[in-house]
Amino acid sequence: MTQVLSPVPGTFYTQSAPGEPLYKQPGDAVAAGDTVGLIEVMKTFIDVKAETAGTFKSYLAEDGAAIGAGAPLAEIED
Amino acid sequence: MAIKRLLIANRGEIAVRIIRAAKSMGIHTIQAHSEADADMLAVRQADEAVCIGPAQAVLSYLNVEAVVAAAKETKADAVHPGYGFMAENAGFVRALEEAGITFVGPSADTIDRMGDKVAARQAAEAAGVPVVPGSKGRLETVDDAVSVAADLGYPVMIKAAAGGGGKGIRIADTEADLRKMAPQAQAEAKAAFGDGGLYLERAIQLPRHIEVQIMGDGTDAVHYFERECSMQRRRQKVWEEAGAACLDEATRQHLCDTAVSLAKAVGYVGAGTLEYLYDSTTKEFFFIEMNTRIQVEHPVTEMLTGTDLVQEMIHVAGGGKLRQSQEDITRSGHAIEVRLNAEDPMMQFLPFPGQVSSLKLPEGDGIRFDHFLYEDYQVPPFYDSLLGKLIVHAEDRDAAIALMITALEGLEIGGLKTTKPLHLALAHDPAVRADDFHTQWLEPWLAAGNLKPTP
Repeated sequence: MTQVLSPVPGTFYTQSAPGEPLYKQPGDAVAAGDTVGLIEVMKTFIDVKAETAGTFKSYLAEDGAAIGAGAPLAEIED
Repeated sequence: MAIKRLLIANRGEIAVRIIRAAKSMGIHTIQAHSEADADMLAVRQADEAVCIGPAQAVLSYLNVEAVVAAAKETKADAVHPGYGFMAENAGFVRALEEAGITFVGPSADTIDRMGDKVAARQAAEAAGVPVVPGSKGRLETVDDAVSVAADLGYPVMIKAAAGGGGKGIRIADTEADLRKMAPQAQAEAKAAFGDGGLYLERAIQLPRHIEVQIMGDGTDAVHYFERECSMQRRRQKVWEEAGAACLDEATRQHLCDTAVSLAKAVGYVGAGTLEYLYDSTTKEFFFIEMNTRIQVEHPVTEMLTGTDLVQEMIHVAGGGKLRQSQEDITRSGHAIEVRLNAEDPMMQFLPFPGQVSSLKLPEGDGIRFDHFLYEDYQVPPFYDSLLGKLIVHAEDRDAAIALMITALEGLEIGGLKTTKPLHLALAHDPAVRADDFHTQWLEPWLAAGNLKPTP
């Protein structure tokens, strides 16, 4: 199991915009470099990318949640 | 009625700035804040504070109901919106009016009118303010376009009449270009918008951004001269000056006088800014839009003219008449402001919120630093990256640039990455020192690697 951690503090999003599909659903295949989330920090948007390949298990932070640097955002099964 | 209890519906450096102005007028200050901003400097300085919601701005600083409720609860008789957030939200102004609370700014109707680009352009034209020359309506044929372009003068910008967001814009330098490009633009507009109608506008190439500060009390209006704000990255201003050294006296006079005409024509109340594109080769200026709020860069105008613009806008919002006639308002020397953002200029300006570990501020004649920092303050990640504005004033532009270098060298914000290295590099750059730049200058300058890490 690998956790995806937030590189910066900010607001976390599980989809690119309201009404858009989630970046990943449980069971989805994840390749290294895939975008699994989005963080808004000081009005700038930064993609959160998976560093390892595997199967998406779940998000660990809610859409729209305020998160700190290093906060766990999602879990990927190896 | 003069304002006695003022709610500040904003945060960061502008909230601190408004509190300073209100306190010196003997006004009781009430600072609205989100849950994430409970320990910000403005909360510490205000006479009282009120929480308006969670960290996310849509739930707090952009929440009309929450701010109006907070104003009622704290018995505020007026609200200052600062800039951004709800400063130009006519719905917010109407909600305050219904609650019997004064908005420090123009009426909802004026905000609506000036916020609509077409209506603002019409109001400007009616007041004699030059606008970018363009075709009167949609053009259906290439021959129509060629005939209009002959009147406008080349280069012309070809836009889809139904379009927006820059899509399908082409620039034709000659009639031959236009004859080739117009059919392509028509086909593209038809495919994208289902409407092949075109619109032509004179292309102002490598323009400078010049703006005029005005103030109105509903019947009378004055100007506080112009600012030069061409140094921009991603359409965000980074370095601003007052006055614009590129203008001759006759052009400056015409620019400022027509701005006052527009402010009077719309019965403007409060502080406002008319923004223009300026073509330095032909010395022509063209109105683009009006901002109906106090602006980030207002301190350069305050340093140039010696007027406290924030106090003045609070005074007129409380029903006061302008306290200065145009003859009383004079300019002296030259002022420059730079924006210190929590961004790493060496890493594509990546935002860098964090904790202020140490703080050393520059001091001296002609140096001002508007900010909201203190040692150990944790800069929250939820809002924009502006930490403060360093402003200098000296007898002329060269002396102001020299003083800016001294002031920047005396400023140390520990624990954060800031845009200070960018401003030091700009202050040493020959083109900047020669006042030879425009709105499209900074991004290629950065892309060419002119900003080097300091060893």
